[in-house]
Amino acid sequence: MDNVTVNPDVAAEQKRRHQQHEKAKAKQGRKMWLLIAPFLVLVVAFSYYPLFGWIYAFFDYEPPIPLHQSEFVGLQWFKMMIQNSTQVHQLVQVLANTFAMSLLNIATSFLPVLFAIGLNEIRNKHFRNTIQTLTTLPNFISWVLVYSIAFAMFSSSGMVNELLQNLHWIAEPIKFLDSDAHTWLKMLLWSTWKGLGWGSIIYLASITGIDPELYEAGRVDGASKLQLIRYITIPELLPTYFVMLMLSVSNFLNNGMDQYFVFQNAFNQTHIQVLDLYVYNVGMGNNSLSYATAISMLKSLVSVVLLWIVNVVSKKTRGSSII
Amino acid sequence: MTEIERHETTPGEQVFRVFNILFFVVFTLICVYPFYYLIINSVSANNLSAEGLINWLPKHIHFENYVQVLGLSGIGTAALVSLGRTVIGTGLTVIASAFLGYMFTREDLWHRQFWYRFVIITMYFNAGMIPMFITMKNLGLTNTFWVYVLPAIVAPFNIILVKTYIESLPKSLEEAAALDGATTLQTFIHIILPSCTPILATVAIFSAVGQWNSFQDTLLYITDDKLYSLQYLLYQYINQASSLANMVRNGGGVSAVASVAQSQTPTSIRMTVSVVVVLPILFIYPMFQRYFTKGIMLGAVKG
Repeated sequence: MDNVTVNPDVAAEQKRRHQQHEKAKAKQGRKMWLLIAPFLVLVVAFSYYPLFGWIYAFFDYEPPIPLHQSEFVGLQWFKMMIQNSTQVHQLVQVLANTFAMSLLNIATSFLPVLFAIGLNEIRNKHFRNTIQTLTTLPNFISWVLVYSIAFAMFSSSGMVNELLQNLHWIAEPIKFLDSDAHTWLKMLLWSTWKGLGWGSIIYLASITGIDPELYEAGRVDGASKLQLIRYITIPELLPTYFVMLMLSVSNFLNNGMDQYFVFQNAFNQTHIQVLDLYVYNVGMGNNSLSYATAISMLKSLVSVVLLWIVNVVSKKTRGSSII
Repeated sequence: MTEIERHETTPGEQVFRVFNILFFVVFTLICVYPFYYLIINSVSANNLSAEGLINWLPKHIHFENYVQVLGLSGIGTAALVSLGRTVIGTGLTVIASAFLGYMFTREDLWHRQFWYRFVIITMYFNAGMIPMFITMKNLGLTNTFWVYVLPAIVAPFNIILVKTYIESLPKSLEEAAALDGATTLQTFIHIILPSCTPILATVAIFSAVGQWNSFQDTLLYITDDKLYSLQYLLYQYINQASSLANMVRNGGGVSAVASVAQSQTPTSIRMTVSVVVVLPILFIYPMFQRYFTKGIMLGAVKG
């Protein structure tokens, strides 16, 4: 009952308290920032600070001579990429490999959609779940282990060659691994073996989310199973598919290195070297850190531009950005 | 419902159904058989497995390979390194993701938007392999255990997952804690952490698999063989075995092979180490599959 009339003193007091509260809040906010500061230090150390490493692309850096004693060479390494004809030849081959593997992966990116549609047609729920669990398993093993499996199965003394020889179908072991025949295709097959089941999970979930009334209506209209898939399931999955497609386009130059590194050998090197692997081989193998940095710098720039373009396209066509 | 559907099934659809099931059975076998092949060969008689005679069932089962392989000093150390980085690395990134995810929901955090973007944007660029190598060298992290753990602690994607999750929780508990005068850390530990366990389990499982499978960081940053991970050691064994096999084929160094692997053949060592490397995944994956599935769904929603 005391607060019924507002007297000026109380109003001033309230204002003062409010200001005090704001101040305390700001102080509290800075205290909270101090709590996350150690993590920000990690972000700076492992994400921002390495960017300064690009500076090595403009020096003739040969460890253990420190950077400040190395010679500044300006754009020499960048010029070298386009002037020296053997380098040009090599780089063109590497770019061809990179583009080929990315294009093959993009061209087969509809396979997980088909896989999901097919799996969804299996009626027995336990059978379906078992297949899902077992086919996603390869996604969770490392590329080293995939190579170990490849070696056990396909090396000259591997399971497949022994089996074919025992059956007298072949006289000499087939060189699946130690040859440069169909290298791009083989790499595609391995990444499909590893990723197909896992890649389909997102579409399986999308199929579950499709309104059952759509199918009811289709059946009433006398649509066949194939027509239901063609006119209902596939159109409903397209938006998800486009998101995944654009993500893979923006990662066009980032094939990663693990797969190609483990499968690389003296025979298949010409067609297996993608950009990431080439950077490793040049930088760590040949110890040309500066030249390798120059290549990876160009790669990073092109990747950022690709991501930006894809984002603009996505905004224009779907009205939402992917990042 | 099913009765009606069965009535409507045309012959064409039945053919499709048969081929569909056939395809999935075959593809599933292709996915599973290699693991089975490794396991039966690692427990069969070594001379038989070296000749490629163990394809369907194990013969003369023995576990000597495991005793021998686990006794090799390199493997024990590598197993400890892999286990250590998986446990410590996962623990730290889970705590960091939870804490940062929570802090970035607190509107009173100093310049919250700026710092959030400062962290998240690092998802979209990276300096590249060689600058990373030079950085690790400059920071004195090459040939230390911490090179496995420190760079993985702050993971922007995990932070987004946790932050989105916390924002979907009712605010009432947090407010009640604030009224009771709980500090930020107390609220985090007693209120936020317990209610985030589902999403943190997803983060933990992905990070653990990533740590266990990681190979490139050993390749780039480690030359000290006491710090090799199991994956890296496996890679070395495969390549040694292949060069040994080449020597045998060229008719040269049979004695060299014998001295390297008297009772053990290169094949048996490779198979056994492969099984040791894959077994944790084979055990863990089916148990936690729902967390994996949830992880990719959340990722897709954000993506």
